[in-house]
Amino acid sequence: MSGTRVLLAAMLLIWPAHAATPAIELEPMQPNLDDKPSLQRGMRLYMNYCIGCHSLKFQRYERSADDLGIPHRVALDNLIFTGQAIGGLMETAIPQESAKNWFGGPPPDLTMVDKVRGTAWVYNMLKSFYLDPTRPFGVNNRVFEGIGMPHVLIGLQGVPELKNKRPKALDLLAGDPLGNGELVPAGDDGRRRFVPNRDNQVLEVRPGTGALSAEEYDQAAYDIANFLHYVGEPGRQKRKEIGVWVLAFLVGLFILATLLNREYWKDVR
Amino acid sequence: MSEEPSPANKNRRYLLIGATAGATAVGVMGAATPFVKYWTPSAKARAAAAPTRVDIAALRPGEILKPTPAWRGQPLFIVGRTPADIERLGQENDELADPASDNLEKQPEYARNAWRSRKPEVGIFLGICTHLGCSPTYHGEPAAQDFDPNWQGGFYCPCHGSRFDLAGRVVKGVPAPDNLVVPPHSYLSDTEIIVGVDEETA
Amino acid sequence: MAESTPDRALTRLVAWIDQRFPLTKVVEEHATKYYAPKNFNFWYYFGVLASVVLVLQLLTGIWLTMAYVPSGDGAFASVEYIMRDVEYGDIIRYLHSTGASAFFVVVYLHMFRGLAYGSYQRPRELVWLIGIGIFLVLMAEGFFGYLLPWGNMSYWGAQVIVSLVGAIPVIGEDLMIWVRGDYLMSEITLNRFFALHVVALPLALVGLVFVHIVALHKVGSNNPDGVEIKDNKDENGIPVDGIPFHPYYTVHDFQATIVFLFIFCAVVFFAPEMFGYFLEKPNFEQANPLKTPELIAPVWYYTPYYSMLRASTFPLFGLQAKFWGFVVMVAAILMPAMLPWLDRSPVRSMRYKGLASKVMLALLVVSFFILGYLGTIHTTPLTTGMAQVCTMIYFAYFVLMPWYTRVERTKTPPERLT
Repeated sequence: MSGTRVLLAAMLLIWPAHAATPAIELEPMQPNLDDKPSLQRGMRLYMNYCIGCHSLKFQRYERSADDLGIPHRVALDNLIFTGQAIGGLMETAIPQESAKNWFGGPPPDLTMVDKVRGTAWVYNMLKSFYLDPTRPFGVNNRVFEGIGMPHVLIGLQGVPELKNKRPKALDLLAGDPLGNGELVPAGDDGRRRFVPNRDNQVLEVRPGTGALSAEEYDQAAYDIANFLHYVGEPGRQKRKEIGVWVLAFLVGLFILATLLNREYWKDVR
Repeated sequence: MSEEPSPANKNRRYLLIGATAGATAVGVMGAATPFVKYWTPSAKARAAAAPTRVDIAALRPGEILKPTPAWRGQPLFIVGRTPADIERLGQENDELADPASDNLEKQPEYARNAWRSRKPEVGIFLGICTHLGCSPTYHGEPAAQDFDPNWQGGFYCPCHGSRFDLAGRVVKGVPAPDNLVVPPHSYLSDTEIIVGVDEETA
Repeated sequence: MAESTPDRALTRLVAWIDQRFPLTKVVEEHATKYYAPKNFNFWYYFGVLASVVLVLQLLTGIWLTMAYVPSGDGAFASVEYIMRDVEYGDIIRYLHSTGASAFFVVVYLHMFRGLAYGSYQRPRELVWLIGIGIFLVLMAEGFFGYLLPWGNMSYWGAQVIVSLVGAIPVIGEDLMIWVRGDYLMSEITLNRFFALHVVALPLALVGLVFVHIVALHKVGSNNPDGVEIKDNKDENGIPVDGIPFHPYYTVHDFQATIVFLFIFCAVVFFAPEMFGYFLEKPNFEQANPLKTPELIAPVWYYTPYYSMLRASTFPLFGLQAKFWGFVVMVAAILMPAMLPWLDRSPVRSMRYKGLASKVMLALLVVSFFILGYLGTIHTTPLTTGMAQVCTMIYFAYFVLMPWYTRVERTKTPPERLT
């Protein structure tokens, strides 16, 4: 869609001011619903690390298990930690009231996060946590600045830190030799503040701190995002399968309709 | 402007009309499918209809389990039977319409016996009268009742007066045509049953 | 030739009915002996297609109502329930949501046909006015329906449009509370919108479509030449350039319907969100009275009018800009109703009208498209300026029509259809 929009915008020489633009450019990510192993891994990761706080309350375990090719027995034993039946909705175990106290608000339900934010956003967000001691949970996120949650996958990824890139020639010319950021003038509190230049920073994971390698962690993030893409609309693939038949049938019917139309219109001069 | 088509033309026309109408009929049936399927039980309804576990530890002989449990939203009558009940049910009784449970749709195979249950001392029935769907009431004591001075214990439907014995078997000469339904069930332990599955699988 | 037994039985059945109900008469008047001009082109498909979409919307709408819960707590969840738990619920829902957009596509094209071939001119003024009525009901129907999913865009979109009522001087504020039945958009508002969407407006729509067709069949269809076929009749009183609607246009429209359904189903099954134009992203979040979406854009079919609303940026005669925006928008929607009396041209069809008419119609279409696009994006001073220019062009088409249709040089239409 953004392709069409951008094209239209360019034609009219107007740039749509999308305020939703995240702080950093999103790395593209192509979900693949045919990759059942990825979806299964994604569901397992989600059930182990995410559902404790973020429900998928419009989706049922049974539907997920059936669509992803997971036997019910396996799902009940390995994926359902709330003691619910297989037909139950994917609720979270923590009471919403306590969650409100811990996080300042109930953690949002993520059934439709893929539809609202997009798959690439989820994928990038999972890869964009970094240490920030000024934040209540000790981490911040490059895609979601000021995020109010801990980095639950830190054990898998390792400890991510923001590092400055090498200075660029342009920065030298701009009078900011390291390109690290700038000091803003004193505000109301009479203190000057250093605002880092986010574009000139990269994420680096402290070596040896995570259970997964960088590639494996990327895959894990991909699998979760892929799974959430599935959850966003579980009927997506079946819909497209039906669609092919419907369109094929209409082509056939169109041929008959055309012949019939021609046959009758022979009468009309 | 328009002329009468020649006979050859006419046949071609009929053929095309037939083919198009046929294909359209197929299309209409296909288009109707989602509308028809829409009415089948949804995932939510199916989840609510899933097998139900019932704890029967509190069940005593000569009593019915309270509060009444439900399966698929319908009342479940779970009754404890005394040795006297069990003996009486085992005797021949020509007042019953279907004493040997010959209507195979009303109970699973394992409940096709004089007690219509897996265990003689526990009876499990859907509490829905086979006449018009009222819920009968339990009168377990063999004692004279207003509706039957010679009452041997069982269920009585207040709507239209149908009577059933303690095995849920219908008495002759009442409106209800069939015995009470025994739902598929199995024992998870001596004190817990699961209703909705024949074997212990879930 | 002797009739076969089933044929004779059928004839007797029809005769039996005809004595009690004018079946044959109705079929003849509206189909087998309704003579339509033989030169209908591409633009003449959209009336039939609009009826097809109407039936589709009624059916899918009734089915959706069976699983939808019109309450503040239940609405959003019930839509997801339809999408996930109900068998084929997602297909029915997408048919309905795509159908809403398809309805406006075919109706806009149908209206354009009317502009291009002068279908609003005497004696078809009433057909045209009833059509405008259908358009108004359709806009209301779409607006009320859009609140029902109770997504965040539903909520805030409705909030913005209802707030327009507040722009009316003196009574605005009270009127706004009356419309909502509450001090904010709430379940109370949702319930009344639901009643209007599923009962009141569909009834009105079906009734109006019925009289639209009755009125049309009284005066007869116009055609791309704008020549009255009833002026040339043969000895039997049948228009020489007319052909019976059935079977000629039934087979013709059947073919067109298949093509339409192909495109429609391609969207329903492969791109039902239409990249955010048919179903907007913020609407996948539940309505939240404390959080406005970053960009409030109505669904595409309202955006031209929404642009005109936003283009009004200055107060006038001591009244707020907001009020004038409201006035401009309402005027823009109602303006086409004046056409039968604005067009002073001696000819109907664009084929024989002069250059001025052609240029003005082209400008109208272009400005309508630009306004439509601008309504989907954030405003900047540049876009507001463009919207203002386009609004002027839109109104110029109507306001200047009595002048340019009279002064321009027209061609003489042929006696018979070409």
